[in-house]
Amino acid sequence: MMPPSLRTATTEAKLLLIGIPVAIWTLLPIYHMVLFAISPKDSAFSGNLWPAHPTLHNFAVVFAQEHYYLRDFWQQLFNSLVVAIATGALTLLIATGAAFAISRLKVMGGRMVMNLALCTYFIPAAFLAVPMYRTMGLYGLLNSKWALILAMVTIATPYSIWVLKQSSDNLPVELDEAAIMDGASPMQLFRLVYIPLMAPALVAVGTYALLLAWNEYLYAFLLLSKDTAVTLPVGLGNFLAADDSPWELLMTTGLIYALPPAAIYYAFKRYMVSGLTAGAVKN
Amino acid sequence: MTLQESDTTQVGQARVWLTPWQTWGLILIVPYIIVFALFVIYPVGYGFWIARHPHTYIDLIDDPIFARTAVNTLIFLVVGVNLKMAIAMLLSGFFIQTRTWIKWLSVLFILPWAVPSIPTILSVRFMLNPEWGIINTLIFRLSGEDGPNWLNDPTIALSMSIAVHIWKSLPFWTLILIAGRLAIPADLYEAASVDGATNMQKFKFVTWPSLRTLYFTSTILSMIWTLGDFNSVYLLTGGQPADQTHVLATLGIRYLRLDQVDMSMAAIVVALPFVLPLVWFMMKRLAK
Repeated sequence: MMPPSLRTATTEAKLLLIGIPVAIWTLLPIYHMVLFAISPKDSAFSGNLWPAHPTLHNFAVVFAQEHYYLRDFWQQLFNSLVVAIATGALTLLIATGAAFAISRLKVMGGRMVMNLALCTYFIPAAFLAVPMYRTMGLYGLLNSKWALILAMVTIATPYSIWVLKQSSDNLPVELDEAAIMDGASPMQLFRLVYIPLMAPALVAVGTYALLLAWNEYLYAFLLLSKDTAVTLPVGLGNFLAADDSPWELLMTTGLIYALPPAAIYYAFKRYMVSGLTAGAVKN
Repeated sequence: MTLQESDTTQVGQARVWLTPWQTWGLILIVPYIIVFALFVIYPVGYGFWIARHPHTYIDLIDDPIFARTAVNTLIFLVVGVNLKMAIAMLLSGFFIQTRTWIKWLSVLFILPWAVPSIPTILSVRFMLNPEWGIINTLIFRLSGEDGPNWLNDPTIALSMSIAVHIWKSLPFWTLILIAGRLAIPADLYEAASVDGATNMQKFKFVTWPSLRTLYFTSTILSMIWTLGDFNSVYLLTGGQPADQTHVLATLGIRYLRLDQVDMSMAAIVVALPFVLPLVWFMMKRLAK
């Protein structure tokens, strides 16, 4: 075997010089979280890079809700789950209908609705938070899961409609024409032709909305306030209320909260990445 | 004659078709219009109505915290976003290299984007704790000296918020630019190699001209989204010390807490002349 030339060696060294800092930068906060989660309380602050006695005790404490800050853990996890699933389902329902109406049925005013939706997409979510909070108060929805679900649907639908419209525009018109020739009604076209062909985009949009709702903090803590009504991220934020909060338990709960979306993300990565980047690269 | 007849029947059929199609179209689009009216139009209108008094704006301009927030937001956007995009550009070139270990690294690299930001930001917050945090513990162990008081210094605290923001959203923009780079035809690079171009020249004459539009679009979009980044500041510094590290996204919540909803809305209205041109630009780009 030929020894690598100086030139290849330099290239490899340069790549490593970028790769190693990138790996450390990426993993450090996550590693720190895992480190706390598996450290016993007294050794968590020692500054060691690996605990002397790694333990799963913290997880047992969280699951048994054996701490003041964790007394509603299961309830909050359940709330997060309900909000995420409801947001995903409602967003899919509303966005699919709207995208089908705009792209395939060419409904009048469809273009305007698309533009309004895009405009909403570009309003920073935090700008809408305060008026949304007041509005939900007027509708009498504060402290109800519906407030958060509807707020998240509002935020998730514009992008969803846009993505679905883009992939829908790529379906050949001949499909519709053939279906019409065969005497299909609009709903049959929707059910039998449109939905099956759009399946990958629908998976991407559903996952997007689900993760958006699961990860949301700002709207959750504005719209919900009772300890039994809030979602898990708000519960995590509440740990900061006291100076002596148990970091190892907070990091353990945080890890439990972070695992499902990470797993979903990696499982659907193929759809997510192509769906997200397709629109951007088009320009 | 027969041809004409069949033409007219088709037109007639089309007209009959038009009605159910438009009807179904309306039925399917109405749910979104209802959501839009109830949760976008109404709140936005209500927000403007709350912020209608001129004296609110005078109070706002007189509030030193608002001035500081405006400066912070600008730094966040101009320094933070451009730094992030430049790094994303560099890393997109790194990640398209074909090596097995780089492929694995790219899988790990997505993690910050895939995991929720709340626990990771809190993790960074603990790392930066001046007394017990792992960073100052290591500094003390290695040098015997106390590390900086990270989050109690406005400048460092804001920089750390920007760092957290970059940590979180860098993978996404790198992915976008990787997709952009992969869309460049490979023969352009081959031709450049044949002509003896260096890597720098390849970047300057092949990569950059192809990616320029995507890069600027991404930068503008990232600026708009960064304006709405509440978590990176709120969960790391909470605007502290002394309300010196707020950005517009967190200032609104601060005013809400102080029961000054009009100020909270006015702060956003004041930002609109800067935001709307960016939104308009993005609309032109995407609404084709």
